[in-house]
Amino acid sequence: MSLLKSTSPVALRSPQCSFRSVTKRWNSVSQRPGSDRVRFPGAIDSKFTSNLDFTRPSNKKAMPTYRILDQDGVIVDKSREPSDISNDHLIKMYKDMLSVSIMDLIMFDAQRQGRISFYMVSAGEEGIAVGSTSALDPSDPIFAQYRETGIFKYRGFTPADFMNQLYANKHDPGLGRNMPVHYGSTKYHVHTISSPLATQIPQASGAAYAVKMQNAMNPKDTQRCVACYFGEGAASEGDFHAALNIAATRKCPVIFICRNNGYAISTPTLEQYRGDGIASRGVGYGIDTIRVDGNDILAVREVTKEARRMCLEGGGKPILIEAMSYRVSHHSTSDDSFAYRAKVEVEDWKRRDNPITRLRKWMEGKGIWDEEKEKEARSVLKKEILAAFKQAEKEKRPALRNMMEGVYEELTEEQKEQMEKLRSIIEKYPDEYDVSEYEGGLDSLKN
Amino acid sequence: MSTRTATRSGWVSIFKCQRSRLYSTLSPNARLNTPTDFEATSLLHHNSRAALASTELSSDARNGTATRLNLFQAINSALSHALRTDPRVLLFGEDVAFGGVFRCSMNLASEFGDDRVFNTPLTEQGIVGFAIGAAFEGMRPVAEVQFADYVYPAFDQLVNEAAKARFRAGVNAKGQSCGGLVVRMPCGGVGHGALYHSQSPESLFTHIPGLRVVMPRGPAQAKGLLLAAIASNDPVVFMEPKILYRAAVEYVPAEAYEIPLSKAEIVKPGKDITIISYGTPLYTCANAIEKAEADFGCQIELIDLRTIYPWDRPTIIESVKRTGKAIVVHESMTNSGVGAEVAATIQETCFLNLEAPVARVCGWSTHMGLIYERFNIPDVTRIYDAIKTTLDY
Repeated sequence: MSLLKSTSPVALRSPQCSFRSVTKRWNSVSQRPGSDRVRFPGAIDSKFTSNLDFTRPSNKKAMPTYRILDQDGVIVDKSREPSDISNDHLIKMYKDMLSVSIMDLIMFDAQRQGRISFYMVSAGEEGIAVGSTSALDPSDPIFAQYRETGIFKYRGFTPADFMNQLYANKHDPGLGRNMPVHYGSTKYHVHTISSPLATQIPQASGAAYAVKMQNAMNPKDTQRCVACYFGEGAASEGDFHAALNIAATRKCPVIFICRNNGYAISTPTLEQYRGDGIASRGVGYGIDTIRVDGNDILAVREVTKEARRMCLEGGGKPILIEAMSYRVSHHSTSDDSFAYRAKVEVEDWKRRDNPITRLRKWMEGKGIWDEEKEKEARSVLKKEILAAFKQAEKEKRPALRNMMEGVYEELTEEQKEQMEKLRSIIEKYPDEYDVSEYEGGLDSLKN
Repeated sequence: MSTRTATRSGWVSIFKCQRSRLYSTLSPNARLNTPTDFEATSLLHHNSRAALASTELSSDARNGTATRLNLFQAINSALSHALRTDPRVLLFGEDVAFGGVFRCSMNLASEFGDDRVFNTPLTEQGIVGFAIGAAFEGMRPVAEVQFADYVYPAFDQLVNEAAKARFRAGVNAKGQSCGGLVVRMPCGGVGHGALYHSQSPESLFTHIPGLRVVMPRGPAQAKGLLLAAIASNDPVVFMEPKILYRAAVEYVPAEAYEIPLSKAEIVKPGKDITIISYGTPLYTCANAIEKAEADFGCQIELIDLRTIYPWDRPTIIESVKRTGKAIVVHESMTNSGVGAEVAATIQETCFLNLEAPVARVCGWSTHMGLIYERFNIPDVTRIYDAIKTTLDY
């Protein structure tokens, strides 16, 4: 963006280049005599003051954190007990969280044994992903960052779906191109995860704009919105700013869900920002915002449900949810978090509060869950995951030609030539390459 | 600013009674460095018959009429057609609603409504990210970056997201790639654009698998290439030489048509040297060729790449195999420019046919300083000299 562009000679010379065609929002830009209010176009309803008083963030109270369940799994305000969730649905949500946490333990170890190249667990944040997804329509498009495995679990991913991606075998929908944990699914309306942080946030705004137009064209269909997840670290990227601003100005039905877990790899939030978390920024963009206890799946669910209703109101608008939690685990398998935080702090969070035990306590209080059911569920889930694990490990890799295909809709002339060159090199030096693990072997490189 | 205007010869002063102190004036004695005569150049269609004769036109377009348009009007015509025929097409960017600072989106907001033609906040990364998301959900967004010089904040979105979306989605590509995404941007020297209103960053995009990079040389091409870009299921970076917005005027078929992407055009056949270029320098090349052919009695082939990546290698290779000599011309810097790729490919594929080194006539290894533009952008003299040197080799 330039300072000069508005003075571009081409623009200035054009007779059509005037403000006449721009929609007017005010009758006059000039100040009415004796007015007590600002009439500048940039802030339309600000009163004048003769107090020289800077607005100080330190004078403002931190935005409160909404919760339903306390740490012991007891409903704080009895009038807020959720009445719209059946026991079966509750148990599904609980099992989905449990399943993610069991798979996380198994796959973290699998990475440690060198069986997969990389992994990232969701420990401590299972409630945010599962709770919010449960409040969305299954057809609402989702953009995720990478620590939201519960979304995929809730929407229908089987253990095999996870394992095929993690092992990059021939059944991996990403055709072995992405690092582990970069899931995606057209069937479940979750866009494929990419590593660059925050890039998905303005994309979610654009997707929500598309969905808004499609809603308007098909008013009898389910009205959809878009959900977009990111961490508090990613919210420091320029794309976060761009996304919230553009979503607000274009009135896009998108729910921004920030997982504020206290750390971006080693960086604590004090080094990430100095405002009142991420939630305080939403207000600055003119976006309705709420902060919620991310360890309380019931609160996350209710807040998301209400956000979904609000964001579809009157054609659409964005909503920001900041879900507070604690990253119990290491950032990834490439990180040892005890290099920058005390083990005792982590152990404390693990023991004191996490979304799984909190919901379990409530379910036990209701009499729909007990130790025996817990044991059985854990055993069944573990068995299913290990069976999928063993199967996925055995499968072949996708065909080699997938390294060239898919860059464009069709292979280019140059790519075809290069595929042929690669094939002839491998034929010439067969001992230097092992193509046997790839579906179809060397033949797949034939044009 | 109001004292200056554009004429066919570029940016000159009409302010009377003062000695012109323009940034880049032409030498009064110049024989080679004469201005492009857009009314006479063979690169544009000067009557309807010529405009409708192209075999690349749809039969509707061929059997229809043609009207005289400049480049920005031809872009407007293409955008208007796309918006009218496909409800998925959206047009947005900074200041597009009132018609755009270069008038390319004139009257489109009033015809198609604020929902489909609208202003965005001033954020390039936001504009391109927003466009990618809209494309993911089935729209065909045409995003505008006001000047190519300001595309860099959106580089991450273009390189890491738009270009890689189809590849990373694998079997999910059908619902998760950027079909229809076009990012339009005015580019190139304009006489006085200096550092941030003159750039030609195409080679930065040609290094990115997954993007298509297109640059038209005139109105008729712009319409056909832009419609092809919107129809393409690959993301397209569409670069519009802004100096031609008003200067290049020709007859353009009134009906819709697409010019195929990744297909070069042999603008003028010849047997002694192949000159490869795209965008504005093609006019300079044509001017230099005319003078060189008269002076040296040679026949020079001129090829317009049109799509800079993935580019039409076979057409160029076939031509150089015939002529044995090649020159590449572009505005942007020599080092690692498009010319480097073209020259290297020619060297690899035409080695036994080459009778002279492949010459590159490009911008020097510097920035576009305000008062130095005429010495930086390849001119007729430099191309003429490259022809002479190559012929004499």
